[in-house]
Amino acid sequence: MDVGQMQRQWIDYTKSLFLEGFLDGQFLQLQQLQDENNPDFVVEVVSLFFEDSERLLKDLTFALNQNGVDFKKVDAHVHQLKGSSSSIGAQRVKNACIAFRNFCEEQNTDACLRCLQQVKQEYCLVKNKLETLFGLEQQIVAAGGSIPTELSFSG
Amino acid sequence: MDSNTVVSWPRMSENIDGFGLSPKKSDEVHVLAVDDSLVDRKVIEHLLKVLACKVTAVDSGLRALQLLGLLDDQKIPSETNDFVGLKVDLIITDYCMPGMTGYELLKKIKESSTFKETPVVIMSSENVLPRIDRCLEEGAEDFIVKPVKLSDVKRLKDYMTTKEVRGESQGREGIHKRKLLDTSDVSSSSSPPSISSSSLPSAPSVIDSPTRRLKMASTD
Repeated sequence: MDVGQMQRQWIDYTKSLFLEGFLDGQFLQLQQLQDENNPDFVVEVVSLFFEDSERLLKDLTFALNQNGVDFKKVDAHVHQLKGSSSSIGAQRVKNACIAFRNFCEEQNTDACLRCLQQVKQEYCLVKNKLETLFGLEQQIVAAGGSIPTELSFSG
Repeated sequence: MDSNTVVSWPRMSENIDGFGLSPKKSDEVHVLAVDDSLVDRKVIEHLLKVLACKVTAVDSGLRALQLLGLLDDQKIPSETNDFVGLKVDLIITDYCMPGMTGYELLKKIKESSTFKETPVVIMSSENVLPRIDRCLEEGAEDFIVKPVKLSDVKRLKDYMTTKEVRGESQGREGIHKRKLLDTSDVSSSSSPPSISSSSLPSAPSVIDSPTRRLKMASTD
C-alpha cells in the first residue's frame, strides 16, 4: 500500500468513527490542535484518557460490589469518566455515562451494574478503534507520509 | 481598536514597574489552569499554548491558592513582587472539583488584595443556570461549558488582552485611569484625577485609540 492509499484509508476510517458515533466534534478539535510542534498531542491525550478510564472503571466495579453501595462515590467516578470522555470526543462512552448517572440518582444498584457493563463495552470499543486509528497513523508516518489534516466532510 | 495597540502594550511594561505592578517577562499571557481531571488539564493546557499563552496547570484549588500565595499561612502583606506569588493574567478553573470547588476558589481569589482584579473563568460540564449566575455574581469573568474548544479559549484571550489594555487604566491601582482622565474624555469615571500627568511615566499603550496615544505622547 502506498502512502496515498494509507492516507485514504485513514480518512475513511476516521469518517466511519464519526458516522458511527464513536467520536464527536471534540475529537476533531483535538486533531486540529495537532501540528508539527505537537505531533503526538492526540495520542498523548487519548493515552491519558485510557489510563484515567481504566482506573475509574476499576474503582466503579469495586464501589458497586460493596455491600452498602456509596452512590455518591459511584456518581463522582461516573461524572469524572463522563467528563474525560467528553473532552476527547468519545461520544458513546459519554452517553453511556449520562445514562449511568441517572441510575446513580435513583440508587438502583442493578441498573448501575448494567450501566457499568455498558460503559465498559463502549470504552473497549472506542479503545480498539482509536488504537487501530493510531496504528494507521504510525504506518503513514513510517512510510514517510503525513496524517491528513482535513477530513472535508460535514460532521 | 487595532491590533497594533494590543501588541504594543506588553512592551511598555517596564514603565509601570514602579507602581507595584508585576513586570511581564515577555509578551506572553500567563494563565493558571485548575482542573482535577488529568485529561482536561492536558487539553486546556494545549489549547492555551496554541494561543501562545504560558500555562501553569494545577490539579486543585488548594494548589492554585498555594501558587498564588493566598493560602492562610502564606498571607504576608508585602508590596514586593517576590512574595506575591505567580504573575497571572487569567485563572481558568473547573467548577466541580473534590475538596475546594471552583466557586470557592473564585471567592478566595476575589477576596484577595493581590488577585481580585485577575479575571477568573469557570468551566463546567454542567450547563446549570443558577450555577452560572452564582459564579458571575461572585465576579467570574466568564463561564465555559465543557468540553472546552479552541473558540472558547480564543474568546477569552481576545477579551482578556483587551481588558489588559483598558483594565490597567480602570483597575488595579487606578493610576492609569486617572492618567486617562487628564488627557481624554473617559466619562464613566467618577474619581477626580489626583496625580498630575508629569509625575507619571508615559504609558501610551494603555489606551486603545490612536488619538489618545498622540495626546499621551505629547505630555512627556
